[in-house]
Amino acid sequence: MRAGILAKKLGMTRLFMEDGKQIPVTVLHLDNLQVVAQRTMDRDGYTAVQLGAGDAKAKRTSKAMRGVFSAANVAPKRKLVEFRVEEDGLIEVGAELSAEHFLQGQKVDVTGTSIGKGFAGAMKRHNFGGLRATHGVSISHRSHGSTGQCQDPGRVFKGKKMAGHMGAARVTTQNLEVVKTDAERGLVMIKGAVPGSKGGWVTVKDAVKKKAPEGLPFPAGLKSTAAAEAPVADAPAEGGEA
Amino acid sequence: MNVIAQIEAEQIAALGNDIPDFKAGDTIRVGFKVTEGTRTRVQNYEGVCIARKNGSGIAGSFTVRKISFGEGVERVFPLHSTNIESITVVRRGRVRRAKLYYLRSRRGKSARIAEVTNYKAPKSASADA
Repeated sequence: MRAGILAKKLGMTRLFMEDGKQIPVTVLHLDNLQVVAQRTMDRDGYTAVQLGAGDAKAKRTSKAMRGVFSAANVAPKRKLVEFRVEEDGLIEVGAELSAEHFLQGQKVDVTGTSIGKGFAGAMKRHNFGGLRATHGVSISHRSHGSTGQCQDPGRVFKGKKMAGHMGAARVTTQNLEVVKTDAERGLVMIKGAVPGSKGGWVTVKDAVKKKAPEGLPFPAGLKSTAAAEAPVADAPAEGGEA
Repeated sequence: MNVIAQIEAEQIAALGNDIPDFKAGDTIRVGFKVTEGTRTRVQNYEGVCIARKNGSGIAGSFTVRKISFGEGVERVFPLHSTNIESITVVRRGRVRRAKLYYLRSRRGKSARIAEVTNYKAPKSASADA
């Protein structure tokens, strides 16, 4: 198991291919994605890597979190996630992940928080058909209709699909294709839509239902050491201010 | 410029398509690549541009309407499609709408569009227009 990445959804666009095909893509941005901590068997009872992305103001980071970031020698991060990995999949703390973590054409699973729809009716939430437009139906054209039987059982079954809160939930979309990666700008382009709004955070992992392609960087696609050195160097300074 | 706009601008530059200045009402000829088996040839499609959508960005498209064997045919082309070999303006039309969907319900004499004789290209348009 490789670690996934934490990325920010920038929005959607399209790519024109040589053969005239157009591919709709979602652009994800790896914003200073670094390893902030490791979870090890001895200390925590499981193995995982904790990744952080985005820049947070040191002033607006709590003292406790500032301690966490300074221990790892990284600048304060906006968002943290953990990925469970095997022991050999652990990544060095402070290492910066690159968009080349994924290969072109490979399949990934993307998890994010879907856009909130508020309190939605049964038609929108569960694709119910609603009632008829005429033939005596009044006021309740978009209602869900009957919710059960009669005196026996005399109650509505649990799990009955009804109106209620929709969206703003954790959603995973599986088997999306990586169309292109741009290591220089830290961009990953994924075919189709991914959950969430623009500016939302998503995690991208290798697809669980597809065989991983040959030649995937293991444990992770890292930026070259020269590039990784720079953020590490200015991190202690920020820690000092804190 | 945000990253998405940057990606789109780069792609438009990389495609390097020659898009003349044209708008709804103009008669245009589109050279469209058609692949038959292994052979690729260019097919010309000439008609009145009745709509341009989504500007000149990467998502831009235009609709061309022509009367083929007495039957109205409309085709939507992506502006930056790699399948478009060429776009040439045959005739400039004088119209007062951005979308000429009213032409669908007209035929014959009433579906004509007057020609602009003193056409001036906008300053920002490319030189080949």
